[in-house]
Amino acid sequence: MGTFLPLPTPYAGRIPPDKKATIMVLNFALILAFQLVGEVTSRALALPVPGPVIGMALLLASFMTLPKLAARMLETTKGLLAHLSLLFVPAGVGVISHAEALGQSGVAMMTALVLSTALALAAGALTFVGLARLTGSREDRP
Amino acid sequence: MTSLPEIWSYLSEEPLLWLTATLVAYVIGDAAFRASHGNPLVNPVLVAMILLAGILWGTGTPYQTYFEGAQFVHFLLGPATVALAGPLYSNLHLVRRALVPMLGALVVGSVTAIASALWIAQALGVEGAQLASLAPKSTTAPVAIGISEQLGGLPTLTAALVILTGIIGAVIVTPLMNALRIRDWRARGFAVGVSAHGIGTARAFQVNETAGAFAGIGMGLNALLTALIAPYVLSLFL
Repeated sequence: MGTFLPLPTPYAGRIPPDKKATIMVLNFALILAFQLVGEVTSRALALPVPGPVIGMALLLASFMTLPKLAARMLETTKGLLAHLSLLFVPAGVGVISHAEALGQSGVAMMTALVLSTALALAAGALTFVGLARLTGSREDRP
Repeated sequence: MTSLPEIWSYLSEEPLLWLTATLVAYVIGDAAFRASHGNPLVNPVLVAMILLAGILWGTGTPYQTYFEGAQFVHFLLGPATVALAGPLYSNLHLVRRALVPMLGALVVGSVTAIASALWIAQALGVEGAQLASLAPKSTTAPVAIGISEQLGGLPTLTAALVILTGIIGAVIVTPLMNALRIRDWRARGFAVGVSAHGIGTARAFQVNETAGAFAGIGMGLNALLTALIAPYVLSLFL
């Protein structure tokens, strides 16, 4: 050791360490790690499911086995999802920039997209409601 | 002093400008959405992408250059998908009680999405590689592109069709569900996740957390189911 100077430590003990920010960084690192494991699993086993979806399933399983982990991470997951729409903007701009990819069948394609999406939405939701009634599965609303 | 064209040539090649533009365009889109009292037609993604596409077109900026900056936002799609585990966990008690309705809605929604799109497009004269590109349009982009390649489709076209489907779903889901008098948030969310993947899920989170959680499950399960059934459904049309 060189010269030891009893330096004043003005912050020690007065300002608590910014624990919240540290937890957030740690949580983000964990989320990335789960995605990483998901990507590796998806590729290694040549699964038809993308890495992030596997990562989501693994994180959910971890939450179910470790409720304490869930309590620590819920705020971060909420924060990431609060503006989920924003994350689709770059890809969306690509669609307009590549509108010519739709080619001459653009009108036919758009018609098919609009009608089939409406049909799938209606069919899916009506099936859900019908089966929920049959099985007595109710949504408890506050 | 550096001349304006020189500053522009610096800015237009660096990620900073287009990353900033992406966030600002989204903030404007979100403000427009709020100002319209949540009118689903004023979808923040739709507003932002039209604004940005207009700026790229006006400045003659290639999409590749734009994406150099925007990729930082795009990258977060992966972590956000993982983060869906959060609302899923918070709604686990609801999910456990709705397994049968979920499985039924998954199969019906997924098959309807693929078969009706192929049927309508074929009736309107679409065929071959373009038809194959359409088959996986309701599932999340990375899965859809993989399926499209496997079916002999065009990956770029599929990516565009997937995004368009998401936006269409996000725009029509609220008026459609109201017209059908479906008030169950689980059903509304699950259906939009199955039919309109992540963009539909983002829309569901704007409205209700339970709807968002169910949309996330719908999206995840449909990624799996579409990969399994799209080749079979397409073979019925070729």
